Amino acid sequence: MKFFKYILPIFISLTIISCSSDDDESTPVEVNEVEGLIKVQELTNSTHAVEIFTESGQFEQGYNEITIRVKDLATNVFVDDATMSWIPMMNMVSMSHSCPNSMLTKVSGMETIYRGYIVFQMAENADEGWNLMVNYSIAGEDFEAMSDISVPASAKQRVTTFMDAEGMRYVVALIAPENPDVMVNDITMGVYKMESMMSFPVVENYMIKLDPRMPSMGNHTSPNNEDLMYDASSEMYNGKLSLTMTGYWKLNLMILNEAGDVLKGEEVTETNESSSLFLEIEF
Amino acid sequence: MKKTIFLLVSLFIFSQAFSQETENDTIKKVALSEVIVIGKANLKNKNDVKLLSSIDQYLEKSNKVTMIKRGNYAWEATLNNMLSERISVTIDGMQVFGACTDKMDPITSYIDVSNVSEVGITSGQQGSEHGSTIGGGIDFKLQKSYFDKEELTAGIETGYETNGDAKTVSSEVNFSNKKFFINTDGIYRTSNNYKTGGDNEVLFSQFNKYNVSLVSGIKLGKNNALIGSLIYDRATDVGYPALPMDVSLAEAIITSLEFQRDSLNSTLSNWRTKVYFNSVTHVMDDTKRPNVPIHMDMPGWSDTFGFYSKLNYKKGKHSMLFNMSGFYNKSLAEMTMYPNDQNENIMFMLTWPDVRTTSIGLFAEDEINLKENQRLKVTARVGVHNNEIKDEFGLNSLKIFYPEMEESKTRMLLNLSSQYEIKHKKSAFLFSLGYGERAPSVTEGYGFYLFNSFDNYDYIGNPDLKNEKSYEFSAVYNYTASKFKAGLEASYFYLNDYIIGETAPDIGQMTIGANGVRIYTALDGASLFNSKLSVEYKISPSFTYDGHVSYHLGRDNDGTNLPLISPFTFKSALQFKKNLFDAEVNMTSAGQQVNYSSYFGENKTDSYAVFNLNASYIFYLNKNKLYAKAGVENIFDKEYSTYADWNNIPRMGRNFFINLSYTIK
Repeated sequence: MKFFKYILPIFISLTIISCSSDDDESTPVEVNEVEGLIKVQELTNSTHAVEIFTESGQFEQGYNEITIRVKDLATNVFVDDATMSWIPMMNMVSMSHSCPNSMLTKVSGMETIYRGYIVFQMAENADEGWNLMVNYSIAGEDFEAMSDISVPASAKQRVTTFMDAEGMRYVVALIAPENPDVMVNDITMGVYKMESMMSFPVVENYMIKLDPRMPSMGNHTSPNNEDLMYDASSEMYNGKLSLTMTGYWKLNLMILNEAGDVLKGEEVTETNESSSLFLEIEF
Repeated sequence: MKKTIFLLVSLFIFSQAFSQETENDTIKKVALSEVIVIGKANLKNKNDVKLLSSIDQYLEKSNKVTMIKRGNYAWEATLNNMLSERISVTIDGMQVFGACTDKMDPITSYIDVSNVSEVGITSGQQGSEHGSTIGGGIDFKLQKSYFDKEELTAGIETGYETNGDAKTVSSEVNFSNKKFFINTDGIYRTSNNYKTGGDNEVLFSQFNKYNVSLVSGIKLGKNNALIGSLIYDRATDVGYPALPMDVSLAEAIITSLEFQRDSLNSTLSNWRTKVYFNSVTHVMDDTKRPNVPIHMDMPGWSDTFGFYSKLNYKKGKHSMLFNMSGFYNKSLAEMTMYPNDQNENIMFMLTWPDVRTTSIGLFAEDEINLKENQRLKVTARVGVHNNEIKDEFGLNSLKIFYPEMEESKTRMLLNLSSQYEIKHKKSAFLFSLGYGERAPSVTEGYGFYLFNSFDNYDYIGNPDLKNEKSYEFSAVYNYTASKFKAGLEASYFYLNDYIIGETAPDIGQMTIGANGVRIYTALDGASLFNSKLSVEYKISPSFTYDGHVSYHLGRDNDGTNLPLISPFTFKSALQFKKNLFDAEVNMTSAGQQVNYSSYFGENKTDSYAVFNLNASYIFYLNKNKLYAKAGVENIFDKEYSTYADWNNIPRMGRNFFINLSYTIK
C-alpha cells in the first residue's frame, strides 16, 4: 500500500514533468543521483542550468529539503566541483526579506548533487513572491543564477512565527515526520531567530513542549510523546510524536528558552483548547 | 465471610432435615455440570421455557448460567459469575470467537434453538475439555438425527409475543435411514422495541435475524460415519439500548466435517475427528442514533480454523477420554470516525490489530470407579497458546504504549482437576479441586481504545499480561428421596493475576465523553464464592415445587467488590402436569445488589420479584402432533433491572406469548 501511496504520485508527476522538460533527458548518467526526487525547476544562465529538486517536485510553505545539481550547458556534464550558496528572498510590497536556510553542501558519497534546506515562513500571494539566487564557483570562477520560484501555501500549518516579550521574532518549522503514521514518530523541528531581514540563525538549546491533539475527537491526546530537545549535530530539535489514529492532529507547542522561561505557547487544559503556538499534521 | 459460612451451614442443616425414600432419577443431580435439553425433545421435559425461546433464554433458565444483557439480543453467558473471557464456550467442540470488540456478539448469538439439541454446562476446571478455562465450559451439541429406521419428518413452529410485537417462525425437514441422514432447518425472528414494566418503550431494542442449517451424515461401513454440518446465521438491524452503537450486520458461517468411528477394539471407542472452519463478520453502526458526537464505523472479523480428535478408553475401573484439539484464529477490527468537518481526513485505527491466535491442547480425563459408591475423576489439559500481531499498522499502534513489545507471544497453559464422589444411602457428596490457567483474550492483550460504556472508560490491552490462574474448591451435597430432592453446592475460586482494567490517569481518552483510559492489568488476587441450594418437592402426582436460592461474592485482595457479581437470588416454581397438559407458575427474584463495584460503573441495583405463568397442551392428530403453549411473563408488569443488565437497562415488562408447533411424520 505504502508503495503505491508514495510512489504513484511521484511516478505520475515524473511523467508530467518529463513531458515539459527539454530533450536533454538522454544524457548518460551512470548512477542516477537524483533518483526518487522530482525536478522543481531550472535556473539558467549563459553557461549552466541549475536544476532544483525536491521530493514532491515543488516548493511549499514551511521546511523544504532541496537538492541541486548544475549542468554545464556546453558539455552537458554535471559539475562535481562547485562551491555553492543561495539566497532566498521574499519580495513584499513594502519590503524584502530572506528566510531561515542552511548551507548548501555536497552530499557525501555523491558526485554531482548539493543539498540544503530552506524554511519559507510565508507563502506567495498575488502581489508578493519568492525568488531564489544560487551563487556558485567552479575552479575559482563565480557564477550566479536566479529566478522567481513558486511557494504556495501549505494545506496545513507546517511553519509558524512568533514574537517574544522582548520583541524578538522566531520561526518554528516542522521538519519531520514527512510521512506520519499511526505509531511513535520521530519528530524534528527547526527554531530560528530573525536577527535581521537577512539573518535567521538557528536557535540553540531551547526546548519545545509537545501536546498533540485531535480537535475533532474531543481534543483527544496521545500518550508517550517526548518534548523536543536540541541536537547540536543536526542543529535541530528532536522528540517523539505518538499518533493513535489517522486524521487531523494539532501539535500544540510551548517553547522554552535555556532558562526554562516560556517564550510562547500555553498548556492545553479543559478550558484552554489549544496553544497559541501550534503546527499541524494531517494524514 | 463469616456470614457466608453461617448461611451455608444453616442451609446444609436445613436440607439434611428432610428425609424421604430413594428414587432413581434420570436427571443426574450430583455433578458440577448441567445439561439443558433444547427443542423438540424438551417438550416432554421441564416446562419452564417457551418453545421458541432463543438460546439465550434457555441458558437463562439454567441454574448455573446468568446472562449479561446489553439489549434484547445477543446476551453474554456467565458461569460462576465469570464472563466470556474466563469461560470456554464451544459449539459441538468447535471454537468460535465473536468479531465484536464490545462483546455485542457472544458466539451464542450465532446459533439458534433450531441448531442445538442440548447444552452441556460444566462448572470450573472439569469444563476444560474444549479449551482452557477458569470458570467452566459450555458446549452446545448440534441437533442431528441418528442412522435409524427410515423416517421423514417435517415440522413448523410459530411464536408470537405481544411485548415488542415479536414474531418467530421456524421449520425443519429431516430424513434419515440406516445409512444416511439429512437435517435442514431455518428460523426467522423479528422484534420491535420492547416495553418495560410501566409501558416505557426501550428505544433501539429491536432485532431481526435468521438462521439456516444443514447437517448430513453418511455411514461408511458398519463402524464409520462421516458427518458434515453448515450453519449460516445473519442478524440485521439489531439495537443495543445499553450501548452507544447498534449493529447493522452480524453474520456467521459455521462449518464442520467429522469422521466417526464407533469402536476400535474392546477398549477404545467413540473416536471422533473433526475439522472445522467458521467466519464471523460484525458491523457496528451508529447512523440511526440521534446526537452522536461523531459518527463511526466499527466492523470486526473473526475467522477460525480448528480440529479435534477424541477417543474413549474403557478398561476395568477406568473410563478415559482423550481429546486433542487446536485452532487458529484471526481477529481484526477497525474503527473509522468521520469528522464533522468533512474536509478533514477520516480518522482510522485498528482496534484489534489482526491478532492470530494459535492454540493446541491435549485433554485427558480418567473416571475411576473406586468402589460401588465411590468415584474419582481426574482431568488434565496441557496447552500451548500463541498470539501474533500480523498487521504492522496495528503493531505500531500498540507500540505507542509498549515500545518494547514483541509481535509474538507464546504461553503454556495448564488445567487440572480432581473430583471425588461418594454416595451413601440417599446422600451423595462430591468434592472437587482444580487448578487452571488461561491466556488473556484478544481484547485484554491487544485491544486499542475499546470503549466500555459500563464504566465509561476506553480500554487498552496489555500484551505483557501473565496467565490468569485459578485455584478452585467446590463441594456438592445432594439428597434424593422419592418425593423430595435437595442439592447444596458451593464453590470457591481464588484467582491469581486476575485480569481487570486499571485507570491510567496520565493517558487521555479517545472516545468523546469518556472518563479516561483503563489498561488491563493483573490484580494479585481475587476471590469468587458461589453457593446454591435447590429443592424439589413432589406435592402430589401432579404438582411439583421447585426452588433455588443462591448467594455469590466476588472481591479482590483488598476487599473491593468485583464487578458483575450476582446478589442473593431466589427462584421458585410450581408445576402442574397431567397427561398432556402442563402448567407452571414461577417467580424469579433477587435481593438488593449490596456488594456492587462503583469503580466499574455499578450501582446498588434494587431488589425485585417477577412472576410468570404458562401452560401447554399436546394434541395428537393421527401421527402428527400439535403442541401449543401460551403464557404471560412478568405478570404484574414490574419495572426492574438486574445486576446483569448493562447500564441498568430495564427488562421487559408484561409479555403474553403463544407458541404453536406442528410435527408431521
